Formats: sequence, structure tokens, C-alpha cells
Amino acid sequence: MSTEARKPPPQIALKIRRVLGGKTGWNGIAVQFAFAAILGWIAYEIVSNARANLENQHIAAGFGFLGNNAGFDVNQTLISYTGSDTFLRVFVVGLLNTLVVSVVGIVFATVIGFIVALCRLSPNWLLSRVGEIYVEIIRNLPVLFQILFWYLAVLAALPNPRQSISLLGLAFVSNRGLVIPRPIGESGFEAFLVVLALGIVASLALRIYARRALFQRGQVIRIWPYVLGLLVGLPLVMVLVSGPPFTFELPQLKGFNFAGGSRIIPEFVALTLALSTYTAAFIAEIVRAGILSVHSGQMEAGSSLGLSRGTTLRLIVVPQAMRVIVPPLTNQYLNLTKNSSLAVAIGYPDLVSVFAGTSLSQTGQAIEIIAMTMGVYLLISLITSAVMSVYGWRLSRSLGA
Amino acid sequence: MKRVTLALTLALAAGLTAEAADAQTLKTIKDRGMLSCGVSQGLPGFSSPDDKGNWTGLDVDVCRAIAGAIFNDATKVKYVPLSAKDRFTALQSGEVDVLSRNTTWTISRDTSLGANFTGVTYYDGQGFMVKKSLKVNSALELNSASVCVQTGTTTEQNLADYFKANNMKYEVIAFGTNDETVKAYEAGRCDVFTTDQSGLYANRLKLANPGDHMVLPEIISKEPLGPMVRHGDDQWFDIVKWTLFAMITAEELGVTSKNVDEKAKQENPELKRVLGTDGNFGEQLGLTKDWVVRIVKAVGNYGEVFDRNVGAGSPLAINRGVNNLWNKGGLQYAPPIR
Repeated sequence: MSTEARKPPPQIALKIRRVLGGKTGWNGIAVQFAFAAILGWIAYEIVSNARANLENQHIAAGFGFLGNNAGFDVNQTLISYTGSDTFLRVFVVGLLNTLVVSVVGIVFATVIGFIVALCRLSPNWLLSRVGEIYVEIIRNLPVLFQILFWYLAVLAALPNPRQSISLLGLAFVSNRGLVIPRPIGESGFEAFLVVLALGIVASLALRIYARRALFQRGQVIRIWPYVLGLLVGLPLVMVLVSGPPFTFELPQLKGFNFAGGSRIIPEFVALTLALSTYTAAFIAEIVRAGILSVHSGQMEAGSSLGLSRGTTLRLIVVPQAMRVIVPPLTNQYLNLTKNSSLAVAIGYPDLVSVFAGTSLSQTGQAIEIIAMTMGVYLLISLITSAVMSVYGWRLSRSLGA
Repeated sequence: MKRVTLALTLALAAGLTAEAADAQTLKTIKDRGMLSCGVSQGLPGFSSPDDKGNWTGLDVDVCRAIAGAIFNDATKVKYVPLSAKDRFTALQSGEVDVLSRNTTWTISRDTSLGANFTGVTYYDGQGFMVKKSLKVNSALELNSASVCVQTGTTTEQNLADYFKANNMKYEVIAFGTNDETVKAYEAGRCDVFTTDQSGLYANRLKLANPGDHMVLPEIISKEPLGPMVRHGDDQWFDIVKWTLFAMITAEELGVTSKNVDEKAKQENPELKRVLGTDGNFGEQLGLTKDWVVRIVKAVGNYGEVFDRNVGAGSPLAINRGVNNLWNKGGLQYAPPIR
């Protein structure tokens, strides 16, 4: 008696069914296709309807306006910009202003958040209460209110430019912002930058070498004297040999305001302060939750090895906590970036203010401009999540999870 | 405010305007029983709510006059407060029937927004306000000043043009709403506050010590302010346009809210035509024969409206100046009703 081998089922069709339909099989695929078709139809209807309506009402449409002259000025530009530049350049100027306030805000929020979390977890009664009060007050007040508070508080506390507070005659603080001397490159400037970059690269290489030595051979190499020499000593020698690579342009009071120097506007300071302190309260709770999620035995094990509390936290607890911390931390970073669009309330020229605000009403092309602005925020958010995902993935891998 | 823009944009995109583009505005308003009128978020003299929530002002009176002409009841108006940057989207999307919100008539707004200006209710010009303590007497002394301005206005571009033309440097700080701009000016963030000159006088009343601030003499731009309606409904365009002309004509003929009934009985042929005892101009517009009587009873003639809201009878006390009638040295001129 011979048994004939059963014919294997058609693998390709099975795979397609699995990928598209999941457990529900071919029915699932039909539903998905129908759903996609409905979505596509709705999108098509919206676009074609909007186009028809715009045409009927003779409202200008399309992206041609981006090449037109903007004709208005912006008070913080990271790239050169004048009123005779195009709306496209306004878009870039606004985008850069949004990015700079977001990045600076994220850095400060993370630092403040970690400090507050460690305060809250501290065995010191006073420190932990201060941390708790901070979190409870800051996270329970609306962020727009906090932005206005910082703005008006900053403005009210500062004198007008003619009575500005002088810091050694080099920098000046007034309600027009902080004016600092601006470095102007001299002849040896490029060479100086090259030496500086060389120092940084060499220091990083040294650090990688030291870590490898530690992990592979258990050998502790003290690298900080070399790093100091590379980062400070080398440029200093360079300056002594070939003279100062740049000079400073000092700000001077002329008429109403300071001329020369670089300036940090109070709107930027207020917005960064408000966003970073606000987001820090949430980050503090996330970090606290992460640290508490690590078994207390880990802390005790660290102590029994004779490590100090700080070292135990740094080397044992926090790396394990990061796995829990990173995903919600990403949310907070995204929130901070999106909250930066409240800038228009205090006159900080971010993307929403100069592009979705001024440019929109100068051109009247609401649909195009709002679509571009939404697209940009989406892109920033997706990039931030992608970066954080990669970081989280590397973290899990290094913990062997 | 951002949400408002977004909502209006989505409404525009999703095509809630399909009906609005039809020549049906008057019928829609009559069916609804209310005129929907876009006004500012609070500019004394032009459109601002009092402590009981009643709206008053020159721009508000234009809405009241239109409602008076349609319903013979000036109170049948729903006021929609709009920021400078939301106003056009609100009009385009059909959220408001008429935009009466101190809006400057420019060629780009007239041609690219799908809307039309119906006339000029107030001839304005952009000016500057400074603190008296700065000891500045002319806008030409403002080199390197910081200037507070409301975003989404023609003001920002005029400002850029003026300082560029006079080779002066400046720093601009643009805020979302009028009140935020005034607050920042008062807090000392900027030396200068700029907007239309009528707006400067109106906003000065909001400051803690109005006497410490002065409006500089220079007028750097032409700002003819007027109501706007959507493209595509010529009948509605005519009604809004002729409501203003009726108010001006009434002033020319000496018809006021007090004497309108007596004037209607007089045997003067021009009065009879205008006040509807002779001819049917009101019906041609889609209104009633006594449309001018209704308008004058609702708000008075143009002179009365001006005096009550921004002129001698108001806290703003602005001179009639160019806003006087054409035969009294001003620019207000209405085509004949005949």
C-alpha cells in the first residue's frame, strides 16, 4: 500500500491572502479593497469639489504665488531675508524659526525633565516636594497662558534700551532682547575651524577606543586630560601662533536701539522658556515612571556592590529605564514642536505666524498654504518619531532584549 | 484662532460653498431670517461689543442698515467676530454674507479672493503712534525703532515700503490680534504702534494713560475701508453697494432719522424718487419701495452714523476730513438714485 503525497497548497495565493486579509482570508481582502476605494473616492471628491468651487468664485489657485514678492519683514531670520524676497523664502524663514525653537526647547525640556524626575525620586524630603510642586503646577496650567505669562513677565522685568543692563559693556539686556558681540571672521578663521573640527573628531575617536578597551579587556583608560588638550589646548596654540582668528563687533546704542552685534529677541526667550518648562513637567513624570519600572532589586544590587546612588542610577537603572521612557518621550517631543505654533500670540515669527498667517492673508490662498503648513508639521513629526524609533531600537539591542 | 482658520479652510475645501456661489444670497438671508455679518474682534468706533454684548460702530451700522433694508428690523443681524487673517476665508466659505470689517480695498484683494468691494465707508490712511516721552515729532525720526503691528494686514507691507523708501532700519514684531499688539506696545516691547489712523485713535482709548501717547502727523498710505461680498451674486452686490449710497444720498438731501417721515411727504421730485413714493428702484434691487426710508430709520444718514461712532459725538472725536461729502470738501460721493 502506498500513500501518495498530498499536493501542497498554492503557496503564493496563501501568502497574498495572509498579507492582505489576515485571519479573515479572502473576505478580509475584499473589505480592505472596498475601504481603500471609498477613501480614495472621498479624497478625489474633496479635491475636485474644492477646485470647482475655487474656479466658480474666481479665487486664485495653485502654487504660483510662492514666487511672488512677500513685501513684509520678519524680525528673526536665520537666513538673509528682506521684504523683496519671495513667499517661498518666507516659508523657509518661518520653518527655520519653528525648528530652532523646537530643537532648543526639546534640549532644555529633556534636561529639566530629567533633573525634576530625579528630584522627585530623591530620598531628600525637600527636593522631592519641590519636584512634586513643580510638576503639579506646571502641567495643570494651559500652555498658552504660560507663554503669555513668560512673555509679559520677561518684558515687564526688563528696562527699555536706553536704560539697558550692561554686562561688562559687552552684552546688553533690555526689553528688545539680549544683544551680544558678534564674531567676525579674520584671515585665519578657516584654519581655526579646521583645527577645532580635528580636535572634536580626535576626541570622539579616543572615546570609542576607551569604551572598547573597557568592554573587551576591562581596562579603564582616563581620557579627559587628552580631550581637554585636544579641544582647548590645540585651538589656543593656534591662536598664539597665528593671532586671533576672529574679532568681535560690539553692540552700540544708536537712536532707539542697538546697532551691530547679534541679538536674541525676547519672544524667542519667552517661547523657549514656556515650552521647555511646560514639556519638562510631563517628561519628568515619564522619566519617573521609567525609573520606577526598573525593579528595586537593581538599585539594591548596585548599592551592595559599593556603587554610589548617582553611579547606580547612571550605569544600571537609567539605561534599563530608557526602554520604557523613549516611546512616550517621543510624544512629548512632538507635542512641543506642535505647541510652538502658539508663537503667534507673542509675535514670534514661526511658520504659522509668517506663512499660515501673514502670507495667507496677503495672498488669500488658504487651501494651498494650510496644506503646505500641515504637510511640514507632519514631516517634522514623522522625522522626529523615526529618529526616536531608531534610538529605541539601538537601546533594546544593546540591552540584549 | 488657528483652529478657526483650519475649520474654515476645511469648509472651503469640502465644498460647503456650493450653494453660496449661487445667486441666492438674498433668498438665503430671508429664509434664515438673519443677516450674517463679519465684523472685527473689537475696534472701538468701527465694530466692538459693549458690556451687554450689543455691537456698535460704523462697520456695524452698515450691517444694521442692510438688515433694515431687508427686514425693516435693524436687529436681525448675527455678528461674526473675525481676526484679520480669518476674514477672507470666512467670506469665501459662506460663513458670512457680508464682510464689514475695516478692510482696505486693494487690487489684489479685489481680484484674487473671489470677492468684491462694494464701496468705501471710511477713507483711512496708515499712521504711527508713539509714547510722548520719546520726544519724536515725525515718522522720519523713527530710524532703528521697533514697531508693533497686527499680522495679516496691508499695514505690514506699507510699513516695509515706507522704511525702505526712507532708508531707515526697523524691527517688526507681528502679533495675531489687535489686543495682543496693543498690549505688547504698552508693555514697552516696541517704540511704535502702527495701523490705520482711525484705529490708532480707537486703540489709544484702550491704553491705561491715553494722554501719554500721540499719533504722528504722517499718513503713509491710502486705506479706503469698505464692505466685501462674494463673487457670483450681482443682486446681492448691488444691495450692499446701494445701501451705502442711500446713506450718503440721504445726508446730501438732509434726510435724517428724525425728519425722514416728514421728508417723505414733501412734493420735491428728488425726495419722492429717493424715498420711494415715486418710482420702483427698491423693487428693482429686490427690496421694497421704501428701502431708503427703512435704512435711514435703522441707522440714520451717513453723517449721523459717522458722528455717532467715530466723529464729534463719540469718544474718538475724529474730524470728518476727507470723509465729508463731496460738496463739502470731502470724498464721499454717491451716484444718483434715478
